[in-house]
Amino acid sequence: MSWFARNWEQVAVALYEHVLIALTALAIAAAISLVLGVWAARRPRVFAATLAVTGALYTIPTLAFLALLIPVVGLGKANVIIAMVAFSLVIMTRNVATGIRDVPGDMVEAAKGMGMSARQLLARVELPLALPVIIAGLRIAAVTVISVTTVGAYVNAGGLGTLIFDGIATDNPPNIWAGALTACALAVVADLALARLEDVLRRRRRA
Amino acid sequence: MLVEAWLYLLGHPAQFAKALGVHVSLSLSALALASLIAVPAGLHFAHRRAGALAAINVANIGRTLPSLAVLALAMPLLGTGFLPSLVALTLIALPPVLINTIVGVREIDPDVIDAARGMGMSGRDVLRRIELPLAVPVIFAGLRTGAVQVVSGAVLATFIGGGGLGDFITAGIAMMALPLMLVGAIPVTLLSIGADALFGALQRQLTPRGLQ
Amino acid sequence: MIGLKGLTKRFADEARPAVDALTLEVAEGETCVLIGPSGCGKTTTMRMVNRMIEPDAGSIEVAGRDVTHVDPIELRRSIGYVIQQIGLFPHMTIGENIATVPRLLGWDAERIAKRVDELLELVAMDPGGYRNRFPRELSGGQRQRVGVARALAADPPVMLMDEPFGAIDPITRARLQQEFLRIQERLRKTVVFVTHDIDEAIRMGDRIAILRAGRLVQYDTPEAILARPAEAFVEEFVGVDRVLKRLSLLMAGAYAAPDGGTLSAHTISASATLRDALTQLLVKDAEALTVTDDAGQRIGTLSLQRIRQAIRVQSPHSPA
Repeated sequence: MSWFARNWEQVAVALYEHVLIALTALAIAAAISLVLGVWAARRPRVFAATLAVTGALYTIPTLAFLALLIPVVGLGKANVIIAMVAFSLVIMTRNVATGIRDVPGDMVEAAKGMGMSARQLLARVELPLALPVIIAGLRIAAVTVISVTTVGAYVNAGGLGTLIFDGIATDNPPNIWAGALTACALAVVADLALARLEDVLRRRRRA
Repeated sequence: MLVEAWLYLLGHPAQFAKALGVHVSLSLSALALASLIAVPAGLHFAHRRAGALAAINVANIGRTLPSLAVLALAMPLLGTGFLPSLVALTLIALPPVLINTIVGVREIDPDVIDAARGMGMSGRDVLRRIELPLAVPVIFAGLRTGAVQVVSGAVLATFIGGGGLGDFITAGIAMMALPLMLVGAIPVTLLSIGADALFGALQRQLTPRGLQ
Repeated sequence: MIGLKGLTKRFADEARPAVDALTLEVAEGETCVLIGPSGCGKTTTMRMVNRMIEPDAGSIEVAGRDVTHVDPIELRRSIGYVIQQIGLFPHMTIGENIATVPRLLGWDAERIAKRVDELLELVAMDPGGYRNRFPRELSGGQRQRVGVARALAADPPVMLMDEPFGAIDPITRARLQQEFLRIQERLRKTVVFVTHDIDEAIRMGDRIAILRAGRLVQYDTPEAILARPAEAFVEEFVGVDRVLKRLSLLMAGAYAAPDGGTLSAHTISASATLRDALTQLLVKDAEALTVTDDAGQRIGTLSLQRIRQAIRVQSPHSPA
């Protein structure tokens, strides 16, 4: 614990890097997935294909995926961000599409009947109602992204993984504790926070 | 580069076989251990409402932990090598199997259970003849998720000296020898996809006909 | 056959007992219908007979033995149990569903197979066609028949039925009620039948137990309850048209006056009810009907006067 007192700056920097990378990836993925998801929601065949691709991409082991990207983008943050965007995109597109498709048909009917344009329908009815499912997808993506970033330290992306790898290399347990426990804490906090958000949105939707 | 990778593999068959062997045995053992713990535990908790919710909440937290962190934490406690890797991977596989077992049983139509008990089935009869067969599809979905997590996590076992196909990947990155990296990355990806497909097929096979 | 004495059940978070010192007896071969408003304790009472709910006080005797002290699992294997949602096992075939209790009792395969076919025939479902199907392939009415067959599999002397026809459409329900009555005529089981539908109670019950707030209000034959409701609550419960309901229990043939009397062009079968007869009289704007037997032969005459007499005869304290 005295190690922690001495090196807390290092931990803070690593945490900051970690969160930054994760948020960047999530933001990019969220933006793309919203567009793709809405598009896929309207086309059943695209939707089916999306689901199939989801399943396949998600089974690729993290480190293998990062390794496979090296010949393409080399090492560093870009590598990890691309990998994370890929994983997140896959989950979130599926959830956006599913969320929109799950909006009860009668609500869509009613909205159209009131004279809403397609864009208004999307913005005022479909997306708000699909929000809980979208957040559920964001939640899984966030946890995945935090996990991938941890490994990403190995390809020079920075983040909390550096503490872990340093600790292993120098056989310095406090280093390992700091990196691993902080990463775990980050994941748990992100998951619980988004779970709460999902809950609130679901309850609002029912009311 | 693919050709180079293939040539490397052909040139070092024993090394590859060993890494593959370790990877598969780590994965299988972890999944088997996790099932041995999680399925009976899940069946136990499924019948107790408060216990079920608590177990699911704890398992959900376990699910979010980065695999690398779990493996790394095993090192100060258990050292390096096969055993710490096995322990960590078992912990990684526990949550999906446990959650799915509990949910699978609790999801069963309560009227079916009521009819079964009312007809004179003992607790064990209900478990054996009704709950297990009906929960099997969901339990196997959990095993499928767990299998993929474990194969993926076993790649990271290389960092704590656990061996496996991750060794090739890290060696390749360290030496910037891309073919070497592929010798690890491609087979393990195939292994992961294969495990997913295998458990998917098992799940379909074991789903009772009346439910399909 | 079934004796409840001072049966009481109190649930933890409730102010009054769900079942309060209930005492009644069901004779062998009789169908006792438990009926009452929501929360009257009818289902709770039924579920105490096979110990799905444990009584807090009182005793339950089935075929002479006190069942509160026997092994509940063994007890349940000797009592047929049919619930509203049926609870057919979705992963088993119809045949396997029906065979459940016989298998628990260790019957040999041949005996079980024979029994399954026997029971499918009993509930009017072709054994060859249905034995190997799955519940999801069946309609609601068919599933309920299988539910009854399953309950009868081990030939239990007692049957417990909790709103068994409640989840079915009215037309199928009427058919199933009819079929069950037919089966009962053959098998003469002792049945405890829970329902909230007074018409069903009148149709199915040899005796009806009206419950309110866990207490027994009246326990008598349908005719008696319709003719002499014990209190205002019962009167209200059976409905303002209880006179008409009573008429539906009486047969035209029994009340036809055999004398020469007024000939009428309008006929009615002897097996029709007095209620049908009354309807005919109103619709045809007639004073009397000629009652005929199955062959079309005249048995007698049924007049409005005669119908009025029929009601009065049943009830010395004339109704409204």
